[in-house]
This record gives sequence, structure tokens and C-alpha cells, in this order.
Amino acid sequence: MNPELKQLYQELIMDHGRQPRNFHKLSPCTHVQQADNPLCGDQLTLYLDIKNGVVQDIAFQGHGCAISMASTSMMTQAIKGKSVEAALTLFKQFHELIMSGESSENMGRLIVLSGVKAFPMRVKCATLAWHALEHVLSANDGQAITTEY
Amino acid sequence: MVERPHQQPSQQQPSDSQSTVISGRHCLTDEVRHQFPILHQQVHGQPLVYLDNAATTQKPNAVLQALDHYYRCDNANVHRGVHALSERATWAMESARDTIQQFINAASREEVVFVRGTTEGINLVAHGVAESILQPGDEIVISAMEHHSNIVPWQLVCQRTQAVLKVIPILPSGELDLEAYQQLLSERSRLVAISHISNALGTINPVAKIISIAHDHGIPVLVDGAQAVAHTPVDVQALDCDFYVFSGHKVYGPTGIGVLYGKQVWLDRFPPYQGGGEMIRRVSFDHTEFNTLPYKFEAGTPAIAEAVGLGAALQWFSHYRQHSLWEHEATLLYQLQAQLKTLSGVTIIGNAKEKTAVCSFTVAGIHPHDLGTLLDHCGIAVRAGHHCAMPVMDFFNVPATVRASLAIYNTTEDIARLIKGLEQSMEFWQ
Repeated sequence: MNPELKQLYQELIMDHGRQPRNFHKLSPCTHVQQADNPLCGDQLTLYLDIKNGVVQDIAFQGHGCAISMASTSMMTQAIKGKSVEAALTLFKQFHELIMSGESSENMGRLIVLSGVKAFPMRVKCATLAWHALEHVLSANDGQAITTEY
Repeated sequence: MVERPHQQPSQQQPSDSQSTVISGRHCLTDEVRHQFPILHQQVHGQPLVYLDNAATTQKPNAVLQALDHYYRCDNANVHRGVHALSERATWAMESARDTIQQFINAASREEVVFVRGTTEGINLVAHGVAESILQPGDEIVISAMEHHSNIVPWQLVCQRTQAVLKVIPILPSGELDLEAYQQLLSERSRLVAISHISNALGTINPVAKIISIAHDHGIPVLVDGAQAVAHTPVDVQALDCDFYVFSGHKVYGPTGIGVLYGKQVWLDRFPPYQGGGEMIRRVSFDHTEFNTLPYKFEAGTPAIAEAVGLGAALQWFSHYRQHSLWEHEATLLYQLQAQLKTLSGVTIIGNAKEKTAVCSFTVAGIHPHDLGTLLDHCGIAVRAGHHCAMPVMDFFNVPATVRASLAIYNTTEDIARLIKGLEQSMEFWQ
């Protein structure tokens, strides 16, 4: 298998893909957001507990490929405890990382997902949960989200 | 038949040497592959193995040359100009209609309507049924095996007319439950719409039997032939189907062109699907007189080059459409399934007795989407996803599958490469 694939499926991604963190229902919580990728059938449900402008807790359930599961899992870890404002900033930075490969300083381990950039057909896998997150944090109307815009 | 203009475009046919060697499998694939330039390329440093034929097939030189010739020599609008090019373009397109008529054995060329593809063909029939037949409480019968294109148009029609959608269930084998089908038919059934071959499972449905049962109740039947035309003989008169729809691009032709076959009695009864040029005979602001069949359903400038390309594709394919081809594809499917079964963790989805050209499967622990990417890097093109058949995925309780689908140019070597690619992918995933 070639180096690009190794770059895509790094150890950390495989680990999160196989054993996603924060993979459970959150009850009670303040927000539930469904996210579907109609092209491949990925379905995620994102649970957020937002109080005082801070994401106190975040979890998810669903099924998807290794990239989408790992991206969602790592997103929940990165977002937990962040202010809504900081979470939105991280969304923008993550989006930039996946689309153009440009990383910001505070990306932390999310940087391992940058390999997705070389696989345009897989970008939606990596960004599905992030779009759902952004939808909750900015629009906040509880509508279902897909990656089709 | 339409009259030929003096300057005829040259029809691309396989040479005699090509058409006489098809009895042997080795010769068939060698000669056929030679005619598909796209197959001879490397993907990610590996020779391409194209196994996504249920999504779309590749195009032989005969089709590429027909498209090229049309645009270089004959391009003009059809049925309008009196000049030479228009005459030639009209002849080329109407000749394609004749080829299609012969290919599916329609009783008349008026029953062959050009559409964009299977989806538009089904929507056209759904529109006609809604406008001229359906009353609130009437029933449309489809199956749980259908592609979304044979589900959603009927849902839309049912919403509009307050008709009811009835669904023939599938069995764990991936076959239709024919007993349930017979019980489903009622006095309110107005149409049965069923796929000839399942795009997700490869099941060949017993459409002749399904049609005969429906006709016993006086119910017309639409057959979605998108997956069938390239993989099984199609004779619409022998089937006695009321409608048969297919796409050109799944039978070695161009995209953007397809065929609706409809019995004249139904097409006469249906109102036009779209209004515009071509479909009219006389227009005033008080009244419009519609054109005769098939033009009543062909509003606007049609996809002329694509129609010509489809004609070329079917003429080309007709030279190979015989027992040895079906046997070749059946042998490859048998080899593929037998070898898949030797790999641990592989589950084949859909094990109908009558099955062709499509093999859906899952591999334990690897999501189909990841497997699709891994195989792509071995130079192997397969489809990963729900194949626009979410109800089928729900029935088998899988979010998605990997689908390897065959065509005339696939070889035993392609199957071996897929199996090797799967082994490498599984090893990588450890």
C-alpha cells in the first residue's frame, strides 16, 4: 500500500475509528443534531450540552467509515469544555486544514486528519460531524443536516 | 424505417475477424478489451481494473467514433431544416430509434421514446399514470428491491393523487416474495413497477411471471431495465410488458440518453410530459394540437449525438449479445463469489438463484467506504455505498456494501486482482 494511504489511515485515526471516544447518548443535553451523508449512508447523531456559552459535554452515536468515526470522535475530545466562540473558531480552522491543508497552531492532534486533503472523495467523511457541530452552534434550529449543499 | 439521405455516415461495426472469435472466452475478452481505450491505463501505478459497471459501463471505439463522426460531419437540428446536414442528423437519430426497436423487439418504432435515462422514463410514465388513471385510494405496486428512481417518482405521484404505494417484500435470499406479491394485488392496483435486475443484489427477477400475474388482474407493468439490457436478452413483446425503460450509459452508450418503450395504447392515452417544440403539430394561443408518437413525448431539441451514440452502442453490442456472453459473465460471477467465500469476514449480500453481473458484499471490520479507497489504490474501481437502494440496505441491516459489477470486457484476471486487492486491504487494516 502506498504512502498516501498510510498518511490517510494513521495509527491515531485507526484507533479512534475502531474505538470512538464519547460514543454514547448524552442525556440530559441541550442539543441533538442528526447528520447524514446521503452519498455513502453515514449517519451520526451529535449530542451537546451547552450552558453559559460553553460546551459542557458532547457525545455521539451512529455509524460510518473510519475517517468519519475518527473525525467525530476527535472532534468531541477537542470541543468538550470549549466556549461556543472557541468551538466555532476551531471548526473554521479544521475546515481550512481539510480543504487547503493549512494548519493553525492550536489544532493539536486533529492535524492527523490533514491526509484527507489528498482524497477529495473523502473530504465529506471528515467534515460531516463538524458541519453538524457548526450548524448547532451558529444556526441552532435543530434541522437535520447533510453534507449536500 | 426512415429514408436514408444520400450521404450516409459510416456505421462502425466490429470487423469479421472480431465477430468470429467470440466462441472462446479468451478471444472474446481479448478482442473486446482492445476496443475500449479507457481500460488501458494505470490508476495509482496499477493497471486499471474496472468493476463499477452497474454504475456505468465504458464505451467502445464504435461509440466514440459515432459521436465524433456526428459532430464532425452531420451536426444539425433534427426534423426542422431542409438542408443536407439536418437531413443527415435526422436520419442518424431516427436510425438509432430503429436500432433500439430491433434491439428490444418493439412492435413499432412509434413505441420507442427517447428520454434522458431510466429516471426520466419512469417519471414520464408516473406523470402519465397520475394524469390519466389514478384516483384517490388507487394503488401502485413496487418492490423493496427497487432503485430510488423506481421509488421516489411513485411516492411523489401518490402524494399528489392520494394513491397508495404498496411494496412487495424481499426474502433473505435476495429474491422477491412472489406469494406476497399475489396477495398484494387488489381491485385498486393500477400499475406494477418492478426492476428486471436488482442493481444492489444482482437478482434477476422473474418479470415474465410477474407481468403475467398482473395482467391476469388487468394491471399494466413497468419494467426498470437499467441493469438488465447489458446482461440478459430483452424482448418486450415476449415479456408483454407495458413499459420498459433503460439508460444508454449502462449498455456501453453515452450518458444523457435513455429509452422509454411503451405500448402504443398507453402512450396514446397519456398526456404530453413536457410542452415545447417538436411535440406539437399546430399551435395557436387558443389551442395546441400535439404531435404523433413518439414525438409527443420529445419536447425540445433532443440529445441527438447521444441518441446516435446509443444506436451505435446497441449495434456494436448486438454482435456480442449471445449465449457465450451471458455464459462469460455467469462464469466470472461464479468465480468471484467462490473466491470471495474463501476470504474470512466476507459476507455476500444477495444470494438469489437467478443472479447476474453484480456482487454486493461486506468485509467484517472495514467500512465499505474505506475498502473502496483501499481498493482504488490497488487500481481497482468498485462502488461503495447504498447503491441508491436504501430500503435494500435496511432489509439486510447493513449501512452500505462494496459492489463489484461485471461487464463484457472483464476477465478472470480482473477477479484475481480484486481478490488480491481485498487480501492486501485486509492486511493493511490489521
